[in-house]
Amino acid sequence: MNALRESYGQEIDQILAKYPDDEKRSAVMPLLFVAMRKDGYVNKQDLEDIGEIIGRSSTDVASILGFYTLFHDKPEGKYRIQVCNDLPCALRGADEYLDNLCDNLGIRPGETTEDGVVTLEAVMCLAACDKAPMFQVQDYNGVAYHENQTVESTMQLVESWRAEGGKDA
Amino acid sequence: MPEAYLCLRHREIENIDQMDVYRQNGGFSAWEKAISQMQPDEVTTEVFDSGLRGRGGAGFPTGLKWRFMDGNNWPHYVVVNADESEPGTFKDREIMESNPLQFLEGVMLTSYAVGANLSYIYLRGEFWELAHYLDERIAELEKEGLLGDKLFGSDYSLRIRTHLGAGAYICGEETALLESLEGKLGQPRVRPPFPPSFGLYGKPTVVNNVETLTNVPLIIEHGSSYYRKWGTEKSAGTKVFSLSGRVKKPGNYELPLGTTFRELIYEYGGGIIDDKEVKAIMPAGASSSMIVANDEALDTPMDYENVPNVGAQLGSASIIVIDETVSMDWLINKTVHFFKHESCGKCTPCREGTFWMSNVTERVHEGQANWEDVILLQDVATNIKGKCLCALGDFATEAVTTAIERFPEDFKAKAKSNGAASEELVETSAAVAD
Repeated sequence: MNALRESYGQEIDQILAKYPDDEKRSAVMPLLFVAMRKDGYVNKQDLEDIGEIIGRSSTDVASILGFYTLFHDKPEGKYRIQVCNDLPCALRGADEYLDNLCDNLGIRPGETTEDGVVTLEAVMCLAACDKAPMFQVQDYNGVAYHENQTVESTMQLVESWRAEGGKDA
Repeated sequence: MPEAYLCLRHREIENIDQMDVYRQNGGFSAWEKAISQMQPDEVTTEVFDSGLRGRGGAGFPTGLKWRFMDGNNWPHYVVVNADESEPGTFKDREIMESNPLQFLEGVMLTSYAVGANLSYIYLRGEFWELAHYLDERIAELEKEGLLGDKLFGSDYSLRIRTHLGAGAYICGEETALLESLEGKLGQPRVRPPFPPSFGLYGKPTVVNNVETLTNVPLIIEHGSSYYRKWGTEKSAGTKVFSLSGRVKKPGNYELPLGTTFRELIYEYGGGIIDDKEVKAIMPAGASSSMIVANDEALDTPMDYENVPNVGAQLGSASIIVIDETVSMDWLINKTVHFFKHESCGKCTPCREGTFWMSNVTERVHEGQANWEDVILLQDVATNIKGKCLCALGDFATEAVTTAIERFPEDFKAKAKSNGAASEELVETSAAVAD
């Protein structure tokens, strides 16, 4: 039984309907996003399930999973703070902001806080160069922008997540 | 020159994102006119005559691209490139967020012009909320009878679907974007054939940028000569300039093509932070050559024909401003790191070259290199250029080679700061490099 289809059957049908009948392979990326909704990453069973839905091998699905930066294959923080420190943002203080944020969170880019609430990442340009420092938050349900940030405003956000109960929220 | 809001009309007309306001301001009249009174070819001709050129970076004439569609192979597709990922570019996002109906009407008119019944908007995965917003607006258009089957009693039907990427700069390259939309790795195809003959699912496809298509409704509503009221003969119309970097007022400014760098940076951008001296301009984002910001450059009109005179391209007009506080070794370390991360890995010169360039730029920036490393960097860059399937390889080298050529002092200073390199060696090898 296809577990993914069992959990998200109707939504999967809507996704498949976006593409021509003989081109269901196109659904692989939206289906990977669906698979990440449960706990923020794609597991081996998901690869099998997606492969079955679109008629491709799980290896094929895994290649797509590995190619794109917004797909994840292991559990990490509930919220991923993805700070842009690319050239335009860095010209407006993003590197200093990121350093300070690291100090405040007690982790470096690529690491997760002990309570499992935050994974911090340094990422490439997010098309918000005039509103640096900025980051996006990727959680299990999608991506949201946070612009014109200070370390204080970011830490307030982090504290609000912690107040929600961290991993069990 | 004064700002002229053709794409950023929301700055002039409040609530233009609402259906009734958009319609009161001429919205969808072009759409109705096209379907009821114009042949698809006539729409293409109007756009061709307007002189509109692709706003994604290449500046290719839009109407001409549409004319390349293979009429013997069906179905046809329109795919909108909303993958906006060039460092320094943030215009398409504002257009889609704030003037979504005009953008969608542009997609609709383009689809009609090339005979597509199904069109896709490929958005970068980070535009997650925006994609869901556009889905809602598309549903609204279907409800209003502006999208769907047998529109306005004609035989023409059209559906538009969004598709989210998942974080890959390379998918802004049109053939990589098509591969990604087909569910494959986002890697560029060998060209030719080009998308108008072999595009999405192997069918003729027009791939256009968001800003390009947002201009189309006004061209059809008011005619091609209306659009030529702005800009120059070869660069007609307005352009949304994304201004970023060391300026007081960064942001999007929609100005006629041919406006000078000086006007943009000093009049609109408010000048340089702390009133420092401007040092360099990158007019096409991280892919850009470094323009030395002297008086000649500052007074150069920003259009497709004049920017090459100061050694760069207009590209997507993402103007990154560099001031005297910035050292070029730091800057190219940033851009090279970006391209190393974003290289898709298909072509060896780009995959390996960006890796090795990044090793060297890191070393130079850390002050652990001598002048020979700078020469090595030039050498690696030269060996990438012109040897890859898509432009990413070339893009990775532009800032590197032009920064070293045009700002050698920054690199000499770094090489000198490394005790291992004698001043004499720096001077001799610099002379050789010259």
